[in-house]
Amino acid sequence: MKKVIIGNHAVSWGAKLARVEVVSAYPITPQTQVVEELSSMCADGDLDARFIKVESEHSAMAACIGASAAGTRAFTATSSQGLALMHELLHWAAGGRHPIVMANINRAMGPGWNIWADQNDSLSQRDTGWIQLYCENNQEVLDTTIQAFKLAESVDLPVMLVLDAFYLSHTSEPVDIPEQELVDSFLPRREARYRLDVNDPHAFGALVRPENYMEMRWKQQEAMQRALEVHDEIAEQFHEWFGRWYGALEAYHVRDADLVLVTSGTITSTARHVINQRRDRGEKIGLVKAKMFRPFPSERLREMLAGIPRVAVLDRNVSPGHGGIFAEEIRSALYDLEEFRRPKLYGYVLGLGGRDVTPSVIDEVVERSRAAGTPEREDIWVGVKL
Amino acid sequence: MTQTLLGKQLPSEELMMSGHLACPGCAAPLAMRLVLKALGENTVVVLPACCWSIIAGPFPQSSLKVPLYHTAFETGGAVASGIKAALEVRGDNETQVIAWAGDGGTFDIGLQALSGAAERNEDIIYFCYDNEAYMNTGIQRSSSTPEGAWTTTTPERHPESHQKKDMLGILAAHRIPYAATASVAYPQDLIAKVRRAKGIRGTRFIHILSPCPAGWKHADDQTIALARMAVRSRLFPLVEVEDGVRWRFTVDHPGEPVAPYVEAQGRFRHLGPDDVARLQERVDQTWQMWERRVSQGTG
Repeated sequence: MKKVIIGNHAVSWGAKLARVEVVSAYPITPQTQVVEELSSMCADGDLDARFIKVESEHSAMAACIGASAAGTRAFTATSSQGLALMHELLHWAAGGRHPIVMANINRAMGPGWNIWADQNDSLSQRDTGWIQLYCENNQEVLDTTIQAFKLAESVDLPVMLVLDAFYLSHTSEPVDIPEQELVDSFLPRREARYRLDVNDPHAFGALVRPENYMEMRWKQQEAMQRALEVHDEIAEQFHEWFGRWYGALEAYHVRDADLVLVTSGTITSTARHVINQRRDRGEKIGLVKAKMFRPFPSERLREMLAGIPRVAVLDRNVSPGHGGIFAEEIRSALYDLEEFRRPKLYGYVLGLGGRDVTPSVIDEVVERSRAAGTPEREDIWVGVKL
Repeated sequence: MTQTLLGKQLPSEELMMSGHLACPGCAAPLAMRLVLKALGENTVVVLPACCWSIIAGPFPQSSLKVPLYHTAFETGGAVASGIKAALEVRGDNETQVIAWAGDGGTFDIGLQALSGAAERNEDIIYFCYDNEAYMNTGIQRSSSTPEGAWTTTTPERHPESHQKKDMLGILAAHRIPYAATASVAYPQDLIAKVRRAKGIRGTRFIHILSPCPAGWKHADDQTIALARMAVRSRLFPLVEVEDGVRWRFTVDHPGEPVAPYVEAQGRFRHLGPDDVARLQERVDQTWQMWERRVSQGTG
């Protein structure tokens, strides 16, 4: 069944098809329609879930943690300040190995108040232990929501799926809604390995002394590292069953390219359009779409980019005092390449706070990267009016 | 006699085991033991950061024979809500989910999540064992610390200058079906209240005064005596309130002077006779508030 729906409702449909059992959420622009739709689905009986209308995002995540610890499939959605408020509990969810799924609609952090697309909210949560998956279009949003639960429950880690404010959240696109029966077979009801159970009582999250703490973090790290391969398997199975495939990284015309752009989120679609135009003119230019940010697929990225002369990373985010966050991660991943195979890396900071990244902005990035010698600085800001 | 009566009232099965890590004379494990006996094994405990985070025992041990979820300081009300929702959605409507928080996790940092849970009338029992300061971090004042008390953040030169927050009034204002105060010195009253709460659906709140030898600076063997004095002097009346409006005293409060209670605790030793007289005045004033509540509630 095809429906024309906004990205936020694609999340809601994904969660509904995944038969989430507990939803706990708090309103924030531009996320609100995700949970509005879910509350309607619950109220109408289309979704047999408990919806807890909490008094803050902090409590939204806390309630999800409780629901997940008790063995059910829990979901929430948020954005920007709301995600930041959850920060403490993002660590708790991951450290407690609770396979919660959350949609984060990428929105800029204040001040000044800004509700538009910007990745600094989710990327600031880099070290909380959440798997992070960035989406390019509404179909990918719906499909990723379903896959996220399977991935989360396979490795007992929480998954954040991420979509751009307004470019996806409020933009209608045709989306194929999979059959419920097929989704049910793909993603059966959660059977938790460990849960709060009065017939088998255990304590969860107790004080851990130094002699055990590192082992717990190591197991978390192993699960994180396993997540990449599990994601591959899930992507393959999803492709077989539903006909659509999304890789942790997707290479587009990379093999013969002398310049490769790296993008995430909706900038990818615009970049692909620019690359098609330039390929038509005979330019050797390619694209890597970065879907998975954590775990960071360093080795795979190294293999994709080894020997490419120039790589331009487009970051709709910035780590103040350093550079674009994807650029810094990629720079670090490429360090292990021998010097003659290591690309020159240009890190562009653009599109902050919802500023449009149009084809002409990407053209500017391409031209500057082609013309540049050694990068003038780690963070090259595009379009700043001073 | 109390022991005999209690013995008849309570199951012999222990859901809280020896080997816990409470300080000698701490009232908090006693409260937990009684509460779990009254609730039974079909109980899940949510434990936000508090002394009990230590008392329960470190990984991989637990001094409780019921499932226990340790959680962040301010999340008792919300995590308990999530667990209850999960149990219900899987068809378990019987298991009691309780939050067990200290005064910091209830009066201060956890108040928002507790208020949210109470407003939604979540089907949980929220217990606050109140030792009147942040004892686990080394005796810092909370909004439960009584006027005049010393703590490490209210030194003797500037002792606590605010009245203890009226927590029961705040919960009653949420119109939850049941809220009560209780005391380890009145175990029968405490157990009756827990059993009463167990039979009600919706948010229930039970506030237990929990003397702390380390923080109150009293002798280990005076815990029960002090808890009793707090009630008899009307400092900590034992009451219950249904639907936020029907208030009732559940024991006698003869109104003994507060001076012996104050004098038995090092945290008040800097107070002179005038200070104690002022405290007595305050207790007398507050008692009028309690009496008004009870007379209006039943009238």
